[in-house]
Amino acid sequence: MVALDRDGARARLSNRFRIGDRLFLLITASTALVILLLTFGLFWELTVRSLPAIQHNGGFAFLWNTKWDPPREIFGAGAFIFGTFVTSLSALVIATTLALLVAFYLVEMAPPRVAAPISYMVELLAAIPSVVYGLWGVFVLGSFIRDYFGPAFVAVFGFIPFFNGTPRATGMLTGIIIVSIMILPTIMAVSRDVISAVPRNQREGIVALGATRWEMIRLTVFPYARPGILGASILGLARALGETLAVTLVIGNRVGIPHTIFDPGYTMASAIANQFTEVENDMHRSSLLEVALLLLAITFIVNAIARFLVWRVTGGRRLVIED
Amino acid sequence: MANVGLITQADPLHRRRILTDRVMTWLMAVSALIAVVPFVLMIYYVVTKGLPAFTLDLLIADPKRPGVSGGGVRNSIIGSAMMVGGAVVIGTPIAVGCGVFLAEFAQNRAGTVFRFLVDVLAGIPSITAGLFIYALVVLPMREFTAMAGVLALAVLFLPVVARTTEEMLLLVPRSLREASLALGAPMWRTAFSVVLPSALPGIITGVVLALARITGEAAPLLFTSLGNQFLNTDYLHATDALPLRIFVYASGPYDSWHEQAWAMSFLLVAFMFVVSISMRFLARGSNVRRR
Repeated sequence: MVALDRDGARARLSNRFRIGDRLFLLITASTALVILLLTFGLFWELTVRSLPAIQHNGGFAFLWNTKWDPPREIFGAGAFIFGTFVTSLSALVIATTLALLVAFYLVEMAPPRVAAPISYMVELLAAIPSVVYGLWGVFVLGSFIRDYFGPAFVAVFGFIPFFNGTPRATGMLTGIIIVSIMILPTIMAVSRDVISAVPRNQREGIVALGATRWEMIRLTVFPYARPGILGASILGLARALGETLAVTLVIGNRVGIPHTIFDPGYTMASAIANQFTEVENDMHRSSLLEVALLLLAITFIVNAIARFLVWRVTGGRRLVIED
Repeated sequence: MANVGLITQADPLHRRRILTDRVMTWLMAVSALIAVVPFVLMIYYVVTKGLPAFTLDLLIADPKRPGVSGGGVRNSIIGSAMMVGGAVVIGTPIAVGCGVFLAEFAQNRAGTVFRFLVDVLAGIPSITAGLFIYALVVLPMREFTAMAGVLALAVLFLPVVARTTEEMLLLVPRSLREASLALGAPMWRTAFSVVLPSALPGIITGVVLALARITGEAAPLLFTSLGNQFLNTDYLHATDALPLRIFVYASGPYDSWHEQAWAMSFLLVAFMFVVSISMRFLARGSNVRRR
């Protein structure tokens, strides 16, 4: 009798537990579903809204055609794609070189008292909003390039193709430098963490064999950290590709392939930011959405590759990979 | 010993190796200096150009007609607070719930796929978030609204906070969960009374950093809240935001606009740094990673 009662109480109790836990699972799973739906909804909405343009503009022709003429409904994203890739890849080369040297210095050379403030200052760059970079890029960097750097640069390197022309405040070069600065903290922070993750005995081994510090970096630390460093720079690339307002302010916004590094250009993101509120017809709007879909697809692929590479080096431990 | 040293020092290969080492060491040190230059220049100009233009009117007056000097950006400050506040209020429960789900129920292969999808959303260009909400909300409603701006900011806010929450929860020792379960508490009780409270400081840090990040975003607001030169406190109408106004003023032709753009930049950057630095102090000792 007593035992039966106790069993009944236990059944009631565990039933209450089960209901509570089911509810718990249900509620958290539905919040998770919201984020899942947003991710799919994003791709879905942009695809559906750009379908008219995809039919109108043709598939691959849209990628190569550099003519963008809204009133006559001729849309080719070639110039935007060109501008996006030239600015992003150039910025990537500049920022990766610098970030890598800094990261090696911070991890392998600098005493903590020097390394901490440098590291912190570079990381704080990431906290500055994009528009502020744009403002600074137009009025400080832009006028410096137009008045001092540009003329001197043309005088020395002007004989090389693409490196001549009239220096302007807004153009490809200003865009490239601004984007380089903006992605520097991402690449620096991730490379630094990847380099720190290289096991100590790797370093001790080669130093014991008589290597100098640079040889240690070149022969053991760098090869070991290489996939992660690659991942870091591709994360930077993803950020560069989607960079909008800073680039819109400094790139010059002119359709066409720039002939020199001082010429104004256009990127996919800046074309959307600049034209979307003033669309001339429905096909114009749809075509801009097609550009957005393309940009989304590219950053998705680039991000996936980067995450995979960083994940492989660090074995799933998370690094600074927001943005 | 001295003999060996003499021989190797005379060796040209050895000399070259030492020289390369020296040169590269210098190159790295100089690079570190160069990397700091943009930061210093940025702060220098934001302070020297922003501070003189920073007046009380900037905070309490609305913009004047284009080209007329004076006025302020009260409308933008209030608009920013409205929209960022809305995004945080709507986004935090959903993001924390998702983080709990990831940490408590999704530590398996299906969870890895799901986690990847959350990361995909965290990595999208912010302007595409704006276009998404434009297509989803603005087109059907036929009006640019602060609500649409809130949703666009929430799209950027959610995945970041969800992942931070998950990581903070996973840092809570397993033994703590087991102790609670062994005492007979159900999972939900364990999560709410044991796991979440001990992860709370980290989660709050994540929320505040994400809040700071979306405060500086203008790209998602361009096609959702649009901007408004008048004060608007209604979530169903077009609304201004600080970064939007900086964008408009920076691309405009008037000197008074440029001055105010610098002043607003000063305000935003100061806000970002205060948040970033104070979070770093608070999080010291815990395992929180910052941007």
